[in-house]
Amino acid sequence: MEPLDIELDEGELEFPSAPMQVNMGPAHPAMHGTVRMVVELSGETITKVDVQIGYLHRGFEKMCERGTWTQVFPYVDRLNYASPMLNNVGFALAVEKMLGVTVPERCQHYRVILGELARICDHMVCSGAMAMELGAFTPFLWFAKARELIWDVFEEETGARVTHSFGRVGGMASEPTPNFKAMVRAAVPAVRALIDDGEKLLLGNRIFLDRVENVGRMSKERAIALGWTGVVLRSTGVPYDVRKVHPYLTYDRYEFDVPVGTSGDNFDRFMCRQEEIRQSVRIIEQALEQMADEGSVNINDPRIVLPPKEEVYSTIEGTIQHFKIVMEGIKVPAGECYSYTEAGNGELGFYIVSDGSGTPYRVRIRPPCFATMQGMESMIVGGMLPDVVPTFGSVNMIGGECDH
Amino acid sequence: MTVSQTSWTKPAPRSPVPTKVIARPNRTPQVQAYVPEWLKGTAVTMRHFFENTKERMLGQKRDPVLENFEGGITTIEYPEERRPYPDRFRGLHRLTMRDDGSPRCVACLCCSTACPAQCIHIEPAEYAEGDERRGYERYPSVFVIDELRCVFCGFCVEACPCDAIRMDTGMHPAAYDSRDQFIYDSPILLSMVGRDGSRKTENARHEPGDSTHPGVTRKHEAH
Repeated sequence: MEPLDIELDEGELEFPSAPMQVNMGPAHPAMHGTVRMVVELSGETITKVDVQIGYLHRGFEKMCERGTWTQVFPYVDRLNYASPMLNNVGFALAVEKMLGVTVPERCQHYRVILGELARICDHMVCSGAMAMELGAFTPFLWFAKARELIWDVFEEETGARVTHSFGRVGGMASEPTPNFKAMVRAAVPAVRALIDDGEKLLLGNRIFLDRVENVGRMSKERAIALGWTGVVLRSTGVPYDVRKVHPYLTYDRYEFDVPVGTSGDNFDRFMCRQEEIRQSVRIIEQALEQMADEGSVNINDPRIVLPPKEEVYSTIEGTIQHFKIVMEGIKVPAGECYSYTEAGNGELGFYIVSDGSGTPYRVRIRPPCFATMQGMESMIVGGMLPDVVPTFGSVNMIGGECDH
Repeated sequence: MTVSQTSWTKPAPRSPVPTKVIARPNRTPQVQAYVPEWLKGTAVTMRHFFENTKERMLGQKRDPVLENFEGGITTIEYPEERRPYPDRFRGLHRLTMRDDGSPRCVACLCCSTACPAQCIHIEPAEYAEGDERRGYERYPSVFVIDELRCVFCGFCVEACPCDAIRMDTGMHPAAYDSRDQFIYDSPILLSMVGRDGSRKTENARHEPGDSTHPGVTRKHEAH
């Protein structure tokens, strides 16, 4: 054994600096959503990156084939867990498209309001988490407080804070509570105030601006080629919003603008999200005006919707109808369809195949994050290692929906 | 059912999509100099800080429901302070009872079928020979809910045709120290009461065992 104090040539001891491989994730605090990035560094510049997704894969497309169509709702809750209501509505719309039914107008407005509240939550989580990873903890806490206001509304309406399981084929699980409108009207301005406060704090901060401006750029053409949708696509300057281009529910009746960026960098993505929160507030205000206070939220079709409980308790017809739907599931006609809605991150599509039984034959999800993650490599190669954090934070990758 | 043309998607508006172009950051000299903006930012955070600590200093307590809408701190110091759960809150399950203390459940297996997590296990049983309810209805000899598997979706409550299972206890699962303590069997489920303290249900049907039940009159010898 050599003595420890032996004089060695320094070159032999030195760690080879180029290329150096660094593993970011899957449990890195900035890699929320459990993604692993194997980056190859030359100094602090990234020369090569291997983005590996799939650490949150739960095989739930297969699990959906086990139960009835209604039993899929708890699974879609857990797709994008930052905005579960948008997934609920998206899946309900997909099955309704197969069935060829349209929910009553009151339910459409109700779905829009709940969906937009969820979208606000989703954008706040993303913007807040991104700022937090850059060291700005205060706006994150304020956004979390604002999200709390919205979650209280959700809890009051649906009975759960995050995993609502509130959507149903042909309507919603229950009627809006009597003070639903009042709660939303009280919560939304408070949310706006907190968001404005947090945003002001970030946009006046030079450190934040230096770290997001012109970092993680993406060109319009390449974004379209990669199949990007949602905020990340709009930040590059493409005004594609499913709510505008293919209006569903009652989105064609509201006035709102589509925020678009100019350069597709982190700043544009962050600001597009902030602007979309304000547009969502506009939509919510209009939907609250237009939503009727009375009327059913469920369609009147005994083959799809469970009968009212009083009928189940007291009449044999109601009991039979109830058992048929619970035990066999809703019979969706054989066929296939693709239905797409604007979720928090972009176009959330459901491609569903039915063989005419009460159980889905295939439920395929088109998660917006999956396409977004393809572009990660070109966004971060050539940049610095610390730039990975804001870039990854601003695309809002949600593992639950990406690893479908 | 036939697939018909629906208005699921509507034609896109003819006019171009109204867009709002995001402005680039406004790097004024104050922003570039950092310190003036830092002072302004600190003023904003200090305003929030004093708002948040004011109640604590003055020893005020706010209404836990409405305090979110007011300024100030929103933390609830949980075991001491509790926020009331809303009416629709889906908490731990309970089984409802009839007047004579028997479970309202007739072991129809609707809830265990509707459960997406397959956390309900029921073994239906017939009443003993000579019991007047034999052949009229069944009862669950075993009714077990694994609260660790449960996803609290509320499908079991929706699926129950006799309002026998409810999630209105207003309680969430306690943190036990072993897994088998989360397995709730029927004595535990029957012992829990609704948040209003009652074991009553909204099921208006007169079941055997209720004092209002007219009686089982069918012959059951041949069963």
